[in-house]
Amino acid sequence: MKLSITVNGRSTEHDVEPRTLLVHYIRETLQLTGTNVGCDTSSCGACTIHLDGEAVKSCTILAAQADGCAVTTIEGMSKDGVMHPMQQSFMENHGLQCGFCTPGMVMAAVGLLNENANPTEDDIRIGLEGNLCRCTGYHNIVQSVLAAAKK
Amino acid sequence: MAGSILGNRVLRKEDPKFLTTGGVYVDDLNSEPLLVGALHATFVRSTVAHANIANIDIADALESPGVVAIYTAADLDLQPVSATFNPMAKRTLLASNKVRYVGEPVAVVLTKLANQGEDAAEKVIIDYDTLEVLIDIEQAMTSTTHIYEECGSNVVFDSTAIGMPDNTGDAMFADCEVVVKGRYINQRVAPCPLEVRASAAAWDTDGRLIQWMSTQHAQGARDTIQKANSLEAGQIRVITPDVGGGFGAKIAAYPEELVLGAVAKKAGLPIRWLETRSESMTALGHGRAQIQYVTIGGTKAGKVTAYQMHVLQDSGAWVDLGAILAPFMTRPMASGVYDIPKIEVRTTSIATNTTPVVAYRGAGRPEATAAIERAMDMFAAEIGKDAAEVRRINLIPKFLEPHATSIGQTYDVGDYEESLNRVLAAADYTKLRAEQAARRASGSVKQLGIGVSVYVEITAGSSAGESAKIEVTHDGRAVVYTGTSPHGQGHVTSWAMIASDQTGIPMDKIDVVWGDTDLVPKGGGTMGSRSLQQGGVAVHVAAGELVEQARKHAARLLEANEEDVVFDKESASFHVTGTPAVAKSWADLSIALANDGGLVQETDYVAHGATFPFGAHVSVVEVDTETGQVKMLRHVACDDAGKVLNPLLLEGQIHGGIAQGAAQALLEEVRYDGDGNPITSNFADYAFISAAELPSFEVIHMETPTPRNALGAKGIGESGTIGSTPAVQSAVIDALAHLGVRHIDMPTTAERVWSEIQKQKAKGN
Repeated sequence: MKLSITVNGRSTEHDVEPRTLLVHYIRETLQLTGTNVGCDTSSCGACTIHLDGEAVKSCTILAAQADGCAVTTIEGMSKDGVMHPMQQSFMENHGLQCGFCTPGMVMAAVGLLNENANPTEDDIRIGLEGNLCRCTGYHNIVQSVLAAAKK
Repeated sequence: MAGSILGNRVLRKEDPKFLTTGGVYVDDLNSEPLLVGALHATFVRSTVAHANIANIDIADALESPGVVAIYTAADLDLQPVSATFNPMAKRTLLASNKVRYVGEPVAVVLTKLANQGEDAAEKVIIDYDTLEVLIDIEQAMTSTTHIYEECGSNVVFDSTAIGMPDNTGDAMFADCEVVVKGRYINQRVAPCPLEVRASAAAWDTDGRLIQWMSTQHAQGARDTIQKANSLEAGQIRVITPDVGGGFGAKIAAYPEELVLGAVAKKAGLPIRWLETRSESMTALGHGRAQIQYVTIGGTKAGKVTAYQMHVLQDSGAWVDLGAILAPFMTRPMASGVYDIPKIEVRTTSIATNTTPVVAYRGAGRPEATAAIERAMDMFAAEIGKDAAEVRRINLIPKFLEPHATSIGQTYDVGDYEESLNRVLAAADYTKLRAEQAARRASGSVKQLGIGVSVYVEITAGSSAGESAKIEVTHDGRAVVYTGTSPHGQGHVTSWAMIASDQTGIPMDKIDVVWGDTDLVPKGGGTMGSRSLQQGGVAVHVAAGELVEQARKHAARLLEANEEDVVFDKESASFHVTGTPAVAKSWADLSIALANDGGLVQETDYVAHGATFPFGAHVSVVEVDTETGQVKMLRHVACDDAGKVLNPLLLEGQIHGGIAQGAAQALLEEVRYDGDGNPITSNFADYAFISAAELPSFEVIHMETPTPRNALGAKGIGESGTIGSTPAVQSAVIDALAHLGVRHIDMPTTAERVWSEIQKQKAKGN
């Protein structure tokens, strides 16, 4: 089926199988590989992107459901070579190690601040419960989000 | 002149890439020319735990859309291969006659598109003649059903069989005033790197196998792949792109990776393979999986005089690293930080119909620490003394010369009491005990538990050293080649810091190359907390030698005596004493040597033995005595990894370690039903710890440099895990100590804690 989805401000049009998940549209059809797949049960959040400004797990929805929508992936977060404040904050606070959960974590964190600009540590921990990280123990991820909220 | 960059909180060079476009992992290799037209491999896996294979029918599956070929062991002419640690145990890389665990690969389906493979694999019909399933290690130990018949037993490795002394039983405790026994389960857990395994294989026009892998050790993988494919040296190249975590489970090459070259050859096309998480949970190795029979004895005053343990190690359905961690990592570290005159440990590794056990963060040392710390707690409870106080009585006093324990392990340096003092002070232990007493007195539903652990571990214990090469390019940049292999640790930053410190070349002009066996033929990979103290030290030594080599060349170019040439680190150039205006930069020297092999320095660094990081942790939990729910409130850790290169990275390692250790204590467990079906085989069922279940951590620094290397550094990758697990478990039990609870096995889930409370209530406690 034919889909048109705006991705990182650029309109894309592709003919895909109806069963195509949005994450596969992003990774395979568009070859934007910053968005990762870490599980097959919608548990890990590595595939988190923004759909019309809201953070969603792109493995949980069909590409068809995003037809006519605007998608932002990690590749669309920095502008003119300048990182988004959340990306910058992850770097400054060592909020990443192996980097695999990172794109999804950053997208989820930005989504969290969109909903709650001034979260407590608990708000962040509960808000990021659906994004798993095996390296950082979440400590510096929470610090990154707290610091970004203060910016 | 500016001070050394070493020891500073330097931000990571590698981060912008990960944060803006994401890393390039194996499954992201879209522009690799050798992989154009690649078929996608999907493995058909055993759905039963133990059975003889009667028949494999691929006819229906071959008709499935997109299927190009399906191969079994017979199609690939796979011959039985012996396990490294028990040559009697033999299997084919794809199961041929027999399957031994759910998830074992039996056949491989090749499809044009990735998503066609799973559909086709389900249509491969395997007829099984099922056999008795052995999940419980104690049952497997005595069963007459043998998972590897050739072994004649399910015991696949025993410490006594390699000349280590057997335990002497209760006689050892004859002179003890107090003797406490325990049976502790150090449960099976799943490493869960966020990136599952992935690999791609292609044969180039010269007949070389090029294989991309998500691995911790490309050079090791190269050697095993070479052997598995009967190749000559030089006919195989392994390339490691970014790796999304390993935690020990990606040290060795697995059957799927070992067979991929043969599959590509037979198909005549390159092959890509990516497992799903559900596959990974049954086919990537698991960790821990011990049952520990422990006896501890001593005086009523609190001095421990004898400690004995028999470790039953679940090896899973193969004889992999997991089989030898108990004798070679748990056993030597059994006495931990304590001065115990008599210690005996026997280890018995047993095959079961479960996923093979491999190394997992700490690999044998967390198990040793968990056992001795649990035993210390139970001993303290028995004599009615404070757990921290009993530890203090038994600690090995501060030593700055090597110290040998009675089991025969020699530690480098240690000041265990200081780490305990620091962590107790930072946690405000006295105040915590007072709050606990108040809650107990008030009969609060939410009881406070305080757990203390003191640990020592061995790092870089199984490798002799590491190589490093530094090449200076014509534009004055440096390229560092390392045999270590980062997958989150930040080597690009650390090795650049070390090289910059010696050469004066700024960090942003230093690149780090790893994991490509053509570019870095020698290397021990990243595992066992070895990288900085061996790979980093190798870079340090190579950089120093590079400066000396460059000084010689500079002297020649400046027509001066070598001893008159000074190296100005600030300007990163060489000049004759007193005439800094006429200087030779790194670029000048590199260009001058262009026809002379370039400006390159290579070093094989030989390590002066293992190092022994140590520390102490305090964990504070709240237990709801009505529901059994545990909430982790605080975790305070004092870890001493010697001289610190970059506190930012050090803390990151400690945080991650604490979380994984706490996860084992609180939540995570790989479980099977009685038929050997995995019941935690995806991220919905496996209790992978999340941010919501953890507090922020309080990290206290302490630095006791090791004399064993030039940087004074010990390992830090595993310390957090080793220290945290016993502290958290102890805290949960401590919260219920007033009810008579002495032990709860891990994970201390709400169900298990609640059940223990009910048991005590039934006793009238």
